[in-house]
Amino acid sequence: MADPARDAAPLLAFHDLTLGYDRHPAVHHLTGAIAPGALMAIAGPNGGGKSTLLKAIAGRLAPLGGRIENRAARLAYMPQIADLSRDFPISVLDLALTGLCGRRGMFGGLARAEREAARAAIEAVGLHGFETRSIRTLSGGQLQRLLFARLMLQDADLILLDEPFTAIDARTTEDLVAIIHRWHGEGRTVLAVLHDLPLIRAHFPKTLLLARDPVGWGPTPAILTESRLAAARAMSEAFDRFAPECTRAA
Amino acid sequence: MLGEVVITPFAEYPFMARALVGSLAISLGAAPIGVFLMLRRMSLIGDAMAHAILPGAALGFILGGLSLGAMTLGGLAAGFGVALGSGLVARSTLVKEDMALAAFYLMSLALGVTLVSASRAQIDVLALLFGSILALDDATLVLIVAVASVTLALLALGYRGLVMECLDPGFAAGVSRAGPLFHLGFLALVVLNLVAGFHALGTLLVVGIMMLPAGTARLWSDDVAAMLGIAVLAALIANIAGLLLSFHAGLASGPAIILVAGGLYLASLVFAPLGLLRRYLPRRHLEA
Repeated sequence: MADPARDAAPLLAFHDLTLGYDRHPAVHHLTGAIAPGALMAIAGPNGGGKSTLLKAIAGRLAPLGGRIENRAARLAYMPQIADLSRDFPISVLDLALTGLCGRRGMFGGLARAEREAARAAIEAVGLHGFETRSIRTLSGGQLQRLLFARLMLQDADLILLDEPFTAIDARTTEDLVAIIHRWHGEGRTVLAVLHDLPLIRAHFPKTLLLARDPVGWGPTPAILTESRLAAARAMSEAFDRFAPECTRAA
Repeated sequence: MLGEVVITPFAEYPFMARALVGSLAISLGAAPIGVFLMLRRMSLIGDAMAHAILPGAALGFILGGLSLGAMTLGGLAAGFGVALGSGLVARSTLVKEDMALAAFYLMSLALGVTLVSASRAQIDVLALLFGSILALDDATLVLIVAVASVTLALLALGYRGLVMECLDPGFAAGVSRAGPLFHLGFLALVVLNLVAGFHALGTLLVVGIMMLPAGTARLWSDDVAAMLGIAVLAALIANIAGLLLSFHAGLASGPAIILVAGGLYLASLVFAPLGLLRRYLPRRHLEA
């Protein structure tokens, strides 16, 4: 079921990984590896563990069982619901510049070249002219473009996107997908949680179909088949308070 | 005429000059702290923290008498204890920071009142609550100025981390492990400034010079750096005008300062660029 780790050194590997909350699994016994430079979608029903998996890769959730092997030098993670306080008095340019904090730390000064890079990133996401605007004046789509500019400045080799196009219009989605392709072209590894199956088929070579247990993992056309999607849908997200302890062998 | 009203009181009366130095120093440290408290939606935290400090200062008074050292140490111990305790509870349990702080400061307050009523010492509660800015001695002035200096230096050093923690705590946690340190360090600065300020303005009024200029600044600017400057400016104006008002009209100085700060806030609420007048006086909208 898992895509065999052909690459000698995968960027990311899951070893019998179980993730969850209060002992109830949200991702159950996941094993597999992701090669450097992969462009992979994570699909599946609500409650299937997609966001939980990204959270764990980002190091924000400790596994209930198994482990994650992560060789990425720098990781960037865009959660489904950002912690960002939208009425904070900060300009578009300054928010983009916060993307440099991972590399520059919390103290160092910024070089002129870095400010130029931030302006270039803002231009690349189509927000040219908005540099001095306060972020509270941005629309949802404009804010998402800005968060992509911040991601660009993070210069990460592993980029995790949790439903980046939910509530985003077609034009903006198209522009941001182009940026994902640019990252892919630069050899970065991108994992994106997505619900839009046509979008996945058009742009993501690999897919992991997750419904608590992995339903399929491999080349997108082989995974997003009627039978597999039906199987994923059939796996209910019912919560059993009295579920027995899992006895599956590691 | 103007010189007589504005300059003579400070030039000819040493207690006024001391009050001016002390209150200006408090403004420099407390006003920027207030801006960050406001941006973190912790505007009432200063008030809660002030209540937490009061029993510590009272305990210092009971043990050491009316001594700067004993009361300062008592206030710092109570303040740091409550700040650290609630910070740790908020980060390691589902109890949120406001609840954690409420629990600790209420316990601290009750403990303090118990101690005060059990002791036979006569405590000038009014001075503790509302300060005595016209009676600042050298040691107190040195303490206030030292705290303001340390505050400004640390705010400058930790500025980016503080902004990041307020702006996007999840993102800040992802790029730096120092997030909790910035948070706890900031709370320590809040306590430090409240303790330094209570000698002059009292534990209750010192919160006023922290928060009112911050609220004023929010109405004048949409940029955090500019807000810090505006808040300091508003606090300086409130201190000078408040002291003069109290001198000429024979009013209590601490409350006069806070009333002027409140007046600046109310005026800004109406007239500032982000205030009510601009909102309700329609100007034609732009084309794009």
